[in-house]
Amino acid sequence: MTSLLALSPLILVCATAIVVMLTIAWRRCYDLTATLTVIGLNLALAAQLLAWWQAPLDVTSLMTVDGLSIFGGVLILVATLACATLGHAYLEGARGPREEYYLLLLCAAAGGIALVSSRHLASLFFSLELLSMPLYGMLAYTYRERGALEAGIKYMVLSAAASAFLLFGMALLYARTGHLDFAGLGGALASAGGDGWLLAGIGMMLIGLGFKLSIVPFHLWTPDVYEGSPAPAATFLASASKVAVLIVLLRLLQSAPVTQDAWFHSLLAVLAFVTMLAGNLLALMQQDLKRLLGYSSIAHFGYLLVALVINEGLAVETAGIYLVTYVLTTLGAFGVVTLLSSPYGGADASRLHHYRGLFWRRPYLTAVLTVMMLSLAGIPLTAGFIGKFYIVAVGVEASRWWLVGGVVAGSAIGLFYYLRVMVTLFLPEPGMQRRDATTDWAQRAGGVVVLALAALVVLLGVYPAPMIDWIRLMAAT
Amino acid sequence: MILVCLILIPFIGGLLCWQAERFGEQPPRWIALGTMLLELALVLGVWWHGDYGLNSAQGASDWVLEWRAAWIPRFGIEVHLALDGLSLIMIALTGLLGVLAVVCSWHEISRRIGFFHLNLLWILGGVVGVFLAIDLFLFFFFWEMMLVPMYFLIALWGHSGSTGNTRIQAATKFFIYTQASGLLMLVAILGLVFAHHAATGEYSFSYEALRHTAQNELSPQMAWWLMLGFFIAFAVKMPVVPLHGWLPDAHAQAPTAGSVDLAGILLKTAAYGMLRFALPLFPEASQAFAPVAMGLGILGIFYGAILACGQHDLKRLVAYSSISHMGFVLIGIYSGTELALQGVVVLMVAHAFSASGLFIISGQLYERLHTRDMRLMGGLWGRIKGLPGIALCFVAASMGIPGTANFVGEFLVLFGTFDTWPWVVVVASGGFVLAAIYSLFIMQRVYFGPAKEDTPLGGLDGREIVMMLGLLALVLWVGLYPGPLLDTSEAAMQNVEHIMTLEETPAMPEETP
Repeated sequence: MTSLLALSPLILVCATAIVVMLTIAWRRCYDLTATLTVIGLNLALAAQLLAWWQAPLDVTSLMTVDGLSIFGGVLILVATLACATLGHAYLEGARGPREEYYLLLLCAAAGGIALVSSRHLASLFFSLELLSMPLYGMLAYTYRERGALEAGIKYMVLSAAASAFLLFGMALLYARTGHLDFAGLGGALASAGGDGWLLAGIGMMLIGLGFKLSIVPFHLWTPDVYEGSPAPAATFLASASKVAVLIVLLRLLQSAPVTQDAWFHSLLAVLAFVTMLAGNLLALMQQDLKRLLGYSSIAHFGYLLVALVINEGLAVETAGIYLVTYVLTTLGAFGVVTLLSSPYGGADASRLHHYRGLFWRRPYLTAVLTVMMLSLAGIPLTAGFIGKFYIVAVGVEASRWWLVGGVVAGSAIGLFYYLRVMVTLFLPEPGMQRRDATTDWAQRAGGVVVLALAALVVLLGVYPAPMIDWIRLMAAT
Repeated sequence: MILVCLILIPFIGGLLCWQAERFGEQPPRWIALGTMLLELALVLGVWWHGDYGLNSAQGASDWVLEWRAAWIPRFGIEVHLALDGLSLIMIALTGLLGVLAVVCSWHEISRRIGFFHLNLLWILGGVVGVFLAIDLFLFFFFWEMMLVPMYFLIALWGHSGSTGNTRIQAATKFFIYTQASGLLMLVAILGLVFAHHAATGEYSFSYEALRHTAQNELSPQMAWWLMLGFFIAFAVKMPVVPLHGWLPDAHAQAPTAGSVDLAGILLKTAAYGMLRFALPLFPEASQAFAPVAMGLGILGIFYGAILACGQHDLKRLVAYSSISHMGFVLIGIYSGTELALQGVVVLMVAHAFSASGLFIISGQLYERLHTRDMRLMGGLWGRIKGLPGIALCFVAASMGIPGTANFVGEFLVLFGTFDTWPWVVVVASGGFVLAAIYSLFIMQRVYFGPAKEDTPLGGLDGREIVMMLGLLALVLWVGLYPGPLLDTSEAAMQNVEHIMTLEETPAMPEETP
């Protein structure tokens, strides 16, 4: 019974998926489907509290429910809720079937929640696939759009290749150690030392996960997929999917102390360094907001890798804080793009010139996007600053000066393109034809979500103590 | 509590201005003016009631007013505000220049007035925060925060140069320079905090605790690096010469109010930061660094002055002259004697007055002539009523003529430095010659010479006259009777001197150039 309670969020999400599927089969009703989805997700979110009372608890040898998994679950559910709400406005005008979007979304969310609680390579692989498969469909959901189809197929092919790497790595690890659960694997790795096959196995797993996190040099898919896919799907990809993978990577690194191996450690450090610099440099001259956000997310995962590389002292707390700020900010930024592209009608309004002079037409929506850009750049008064502060702190604490240097340099470069976006919003517009949000955007669910996110970002930037306490509580369990 | 009010008033006023725009053009202006007058009145009230002659023998800090509340307990971060003579002078200056900035943009800004005043007041609020915060996290918070509204001010209301987008480039340059250097300071602050953590097992960003750590726990090498982190951040903002690239562009493109804020108070935050943080936290490292800082100061004086001589754009000229004046400030700060430090305070105030005066004059000329290019001016003495005479006074002040505040400041700086660094003083004095040259260039090119046209231009209206004469009166008052100013900052400056000399142990080889 306790096990069931501990897994109740996952069960609820899966149950919602089934209910939604049956509802669609019974009668196609767009609003009903959306409402059911949102209710199910909210129930699952509330059920995280039930799970919290049972934690920490190992549920079978595949899953565990602890602070980390609940933390990840909450973030994923919040992100999914935002994507569902934003998707509702976005798909309203779409032709063809619209209800299946929620089905895919729920399945992906279930995969994410399972992923953050896996403690076994089998459940890791299984839930990673459950997370990725629906995403193929979501990314190509508006398949009449050339870009979306391209995005879906590109993601599918590369993701399959990454999965192959992941499997190969797991097989190598299993062949050498005879373990598939994280704890056993960690013990075996610690005793085996720097065996070549083991390192190869871990390296391949890292490739597989690094692809999902779009770490340089496995990042090539990111900008294209972000640009082409429909905005709500890209939002999910950028937030929930990445959170889940990062948390499982964190769990893997913590239970299997491979990072103690000097060679591997420095490899990760180099990857972090390259990722933050490359992401920022490549974003400099982008003309498309979604593409720019894609590169910026690469850079942000470079910063996050710094915390994973150091993996001591403040590192877990840092990763948690940064994930929260990153998710809120990304949801907000993509949310604005989604609102401007809603209802769906052809390619998304994501070119920078679509945003020219937005301030003089939609001041509040612009304020939201400005806050998000400032937060991504890590400027005080926004949550992003707290995240940046933590990353620098963790680097200084461990005296990893060149990683700190990378963060500083990356942030300085990053400012340039965030400012470019910001100033575009405020420039007086020439009389060009443009895309606009519906006039009552603020009264609609999507608008409310976006405004709430902006308020939250500012609030956490000014008074981050509750967030810090919560994450410390989660990390301690 | 009054300290919190001082910070909150501009922020709230800014929001009100923004919302008041819907009622018409005038309400935001009046609200902004009222806000800044209230701020100024509050500061003057605090000045009137406080006693700033307090001095402690140990070089410990005595705060006249203090306010603290927990903020982020995880890292021992507090909202810790404190006020002493130095911060009081700086805040009073902020209030005064805030009023000026609002008044001088009364006619200049005609688009999106509410949003303009929101940015303007938020800059001022951030600056007041910088001057009051003594929790290092809070200080950094305000330090970075005030850049954002400044960025908007330049980017949205700036003058575009000939090639279209330059105001955005200038704003971006300004932002990246200051933000990146700020991150270095963050790294240095965190280095200090973790050193404190290693020594005591507690996280703290408190000024006193960290000062203790910095002086007792750090290896000299570490202290040197951390000091450098602080110094670079402040040097960019000041600006010290190799790091000055953003300043002329930012000034040239900014609206008048932006230039007044930038020259009058943003630059002063850097000098304040050095006096409050860089020197007291790392006295030994700063002593060792003094020769380099002196060299940079001299470089700045000459570089700024020489480039000022070659400018055609009036605002760029004043901007370069600011670099030159800031060279004197840097020399004064690192000489570490009380006299020189007092001179630094007066010079900061004086430069704030004279530079904002000159920027306002450039703004007024621009409103009338629609150019700032001095080649297109000339012969304006007979064409504008009132302005040339006032301009002459401000030019004289900028030159450092006795009787003006600048003279007192520069004199004290050089006098105080002479004991320890005679050669620096000798060389730096050469800067006065160049100052005379560029100052007279302004008068000659703008007001004398053959007139381009004969049509008379509009004279000064009441608002402009009151503003300019008031500023002028302050310049003369500080120049003739700097006593009150010196008394107020005396205790704070004595503390700084005390800290600097206390650490002058014989073990350390004294390097003299």
